[in-house]
Amino acid sequence: MSTSTAPRTASGDVAIRDRADVLRQVKTVVVLAIAALLVLLFALSVDDPKIYWTLEERARLDTRRTLNAHVVAWSAFGYLVVALVLAALNRIRRGWVAGLVFFGAGLAFYAGFLMWFFADQRELAGIGAISIVNPLPQTVLYATPLVLGALAGTLCERAGVVNIAIEGQFLMGAFFASVASSLAYSAEAGLLGGALAGVAVASLLACFAIKFHINQIVLGVVLIALCLGLTNFLLGQIPTARENPVLASYLNQPVTLDPIRIPVLADIPVLGPALFNQSLLAYLMYASVALVTWLLFQTRWGLRVRAVGEHPKAVDTVGINVARRRWSAVLLGGVFAGLGGAFFTVGSTGAFDQNPSNGQGFIALAAVIMGRWHPIGATAAATFFGFMLATRDQLSVLTKIDSELLSAAPYLATVIAVAGFVGRVRPPAASGEPYLKS
Amino acid sequence: MKLEIRGLTKRFGSFTANDGIDLTVEEGEIHCLLGENGAGKSTLMNMLYGLLEPTEGEILVDGEPVSFSSPGDAIDRGIGMVHQHFMLVPVFTVAENVALGREDVRGPGILDRRASARRVRELSEAYRLSVEPDAIVETLPVGVQQRVEILKALTREAKVLILDEPTAVLTPQETDELFAIMRRLKAEGTSIIFITHKLREVRAVADRISVIRRGKVVGTTSPQASEAELAELMVGRKVNLVVEKSEREAGAPVLSARDLVVVDPRGHQVVKGVSLDVRAGEVLCVAGVQGNGQTELVKSLLGLVRAEGGSITLAGEDITHDSPRARLERGIGYVPEDRSSDGFVGDFSIRDNLVLDLFRSEQFSRGPALALRAIADNAEARIEEFDIRTPSASTHVAALSGGNQQKVVVAREMSRPLTVLIAAQPTRGVDVGSIEFIHQRIIAERDQGVAVLIVSTELDEVYALADRIAVMYDGRVVDVVGPDTPREEIGLLMAGGRDSTDGQNDVEDIA
Ligand SMILES: Nc1ncnc2c1ncn2[C@@H]1O[C@H](COP(=O)(O)OP(=O)(O)O)[C@@H](O)[C@H]1O
Ligand SMILES: [Mg+2]
Repeated sequence: MSTSTAPRTASGDVAIRDRADVLRQVKTVVVLAIAALLVLLFALSVDDPKIYWTLEERARLDTRRTLNAHVVAWSAFGYLVVALVLAALNRIRRGWVAGLVFFGAGLAFYAGFLMWFFADQRELAGIGAISIVNPLPQTVLYATPLVLGALAGTLCERAGVVNIAIEGQFLMGAFFASVASSLAYSAEAGLLGGALAGVAVASLLACFAIKFHINQIVLGVVLIALCLGLTNFLLGQIPTARENPVLASYLNQPVTLDPIRIPVLADIPVLGPALFNQSLLAYLMYASVALVTWLLFQTRWGLRVRAVGEHPKAVDTVGINVARRRWSAVLLGGVFAGLGGAFFTVGSTGAFDQNPSNGQGFIALAAVIMGRWHPIGATAAATFFGFMLATRDQLSVLTKIDSELLSAAPYLATVIAVAGFVGRVRPPAASGEPYLKS
Repeated sequence: MKLEIRGLTKRFGSFTANDGIDLTVEEGEIHCLLGENGAGKSTLMNMLYGLLEPTEGEILVDGEPVSFSSPGDAIDRGIGMVHQHFMLVPVFTVAENVALGREDVRGPGILDRRASARRVRELSEAYRLSVEPDAIVETLPVGVQQRVEILKALTREAKVLILDEPTAVLTPQETDELFAIMRRLKAEGTSIIFITHKLREVRAVADRISVIRRGKVVGTTSPQASEAELAELMVGRKVNLVVEKSEREAGAPVLSARDLVVVDPRGHQVVKGVSLDVRAGEVLCVAGVQGNGQTELVKSLLGLVRAEGGSITLAGEDITHDSPRARLERGIGYVPEDRSSDGFVGDFSIRDNLVLDLFRSEQFSRGPALALRAIADNAEARIEEFDIRTPSASTHVAALSGGNQQKVVVAREMSRPLTVLIAAQPTRGVDVGSIEFIHQRIIAERDQGVAVLIVSTELDEVYALADRIAVMYDGRVVDVVGPDTPREEIGLLMAGGRDSTDGQNDVEDIA
């Protein structure tokens, strides 16, 4: 009875597939099958295959081109069927190949969907049908606050503090960016105001979480409620332009950021206008991603922050102050979240209106998890959510899908993405746990 | 460096963990601190290392009084400590762990990874620790992790090195390696405070021995003292180191596992095709270093984790897919490894804890209501029978000492008719008096014909109880041997020796 006779792999494991692996395959097959089926329906329901499209951000009658929806939809279907067969035979090995295959499957589904959505339009007098345009510039625009918020969340969690309150930081950042910009008559001052407001909320979070060991989930929810109430209250105190035009212009009529076109780079096709014709805030966002990644993984500060998030006691026993590392990470996170908040006023529409971020802080939080607590991953996830928001906007010009349903789609995508594609991940081990010296 | 402790006292509320301790550690000596679990050894060391603040008393380094408000201060004075529970960040590399707190940097705090790795490699060679700087700590065997901890102390130029129960997680061979390292350090002039509760080790390596009992130093002796003398000093009375056990013919297999496979949440196989038979009226001990799949094996036998492959039968019936409750009701008794999280509800009274898995029975319930009188009577009887030292039956279990907590668990499990008893680390963190008692009860169950499966990392316990010994290494049972097998041989098996393909070689490869 001593040793078992079961066949083994080289590492000594018994050669069986564990349930999680089987489950993963089943999930893949089901998702691909649903996608293929839907694309099949899309392809079948296209009657008039002529679709206008352009790679620019806006369609112009003279530069738009046409394509055949049948060809695109059936190729997409073909790709999905091949992927489905491979998955069913378990021939897709995990790793970057699988990543590419699934990215392709996503694109195929998107293409098939667009074919259905834009085909068979009632032609409008003068311009004909509405064209498919490049979604990327808007994707980057929408992703800007999400990426910044996700960076804040990543920094905090890496240090072992759960930051649910990104939404609250967005709100305060948005409000005070507007006020600062209005007062100083400068959009850059607005960014500074937003960042400071983000840090202020962060210091509340740090104080209660690190110093007083309050449950961080409850604390986050309370902070969001506080920020929502406070910004609404303060907004109510600002007279409207009709009541007192002078005061209103000093408090809530901010200068907004203009797009800055970077020569040469902005002329790169498709990506150029998306990445290099954005406002200062987007360029700050790119820099922030690089900065946070570098700080976390290449510096002494980052090593200690990550250590504190994994095993605070170990850090304490080598003579490093745990609370100080956590404070610094949470406060730095506040800068990014506050900048993200500034997007909703000086970065886009201007004046602060009630609840401008409208739940996007939670999407940023989802991006932290979907990005597996890594700044690059979080950025990718936030960009995906930005893409969903941009798509929602572009689809709203036609009424093929109910507009209310359409506006819920990004959130639905969030749930599906987090539940279905996050897989086995490990958060920082001490995330959410206050450190009590014995 | 000479370290003196004078009248050091530590109180937690009204409880005195250390009571006026005097101790002197000379330069270049291995000073052994011997004491039972809960005697206050770790508390004393935590004060030396600046993790706890002394209530009274003073610490002198080379005759000069010092006071440490954080470990940083202690490190600066040349004190290094390897904690009982390792203080390593599992997802970091060896070099990162060693560097943490004293990072090599370029310019404005940019990590110089190459310099850190070089430092590890140099020190590792100088002290022959064979540690690879770029390995991720969580992938290393505990023995190597411990050497990483020692490296950490060495890079901080420790003159006094505290090792808190370093051998608890090691195989006998790894223990010997550790002793060799300790002797090399001593030769270089490092003083070592070596903490343990294993008598054999003390005599092998110590220059001087101080024994701590209930927070007091009760004696300092030389390693020439006999084991019996040391045990008596440690416990405070004569102890019986062997369990009375009669020869007994084992019956038919009762609990059988075939090719069990368990996968942990990270997707690694931790039990790799284990087959076992536990027979009626025998004690089968699963020996092995912690973390070789024993925990998961036991949990899968109980149904607390699902087996990915293989089957389990109890008295001929397949129970592979039964729920834990169904298995308990079929007569499996279970003493879990981590009693405070799996064995009892700390904030419940002893009375309630004694019926945690019995309250549904006829005896303790009437319809949906509990039969409180019967439960109270049961508690009185069990407290008497199992000698549970408590002020009353309504005392919360969390307030009891480790030994008495364990007796509550054992009493509950043994108060229903069993066919199989599964006990993991039944005497971990339990005082010697309770160990004797629990061992006797386990043997009594065996004598009544119960099939007993014990999992233990303590070889002394294995030898005290086993009729047969199954040794686990790397998720497999490498061999099943008789109770007279020599210690060295079992030690080799615990390190994977005799296993044709990998095992021992593996360990050396990684190291
Ligand atoms: N932080 C604490 N608060 C209260 N009691 C404690 C604390 N730390 C240790 N103790 C108690 O002090 C006693 C000695 O513990 P410890 O020093 O860990 O023992 P040892 O290391 O000798 O096994 C134990 O009874 C333990 O319960
Ligand atoms: Mg201890």
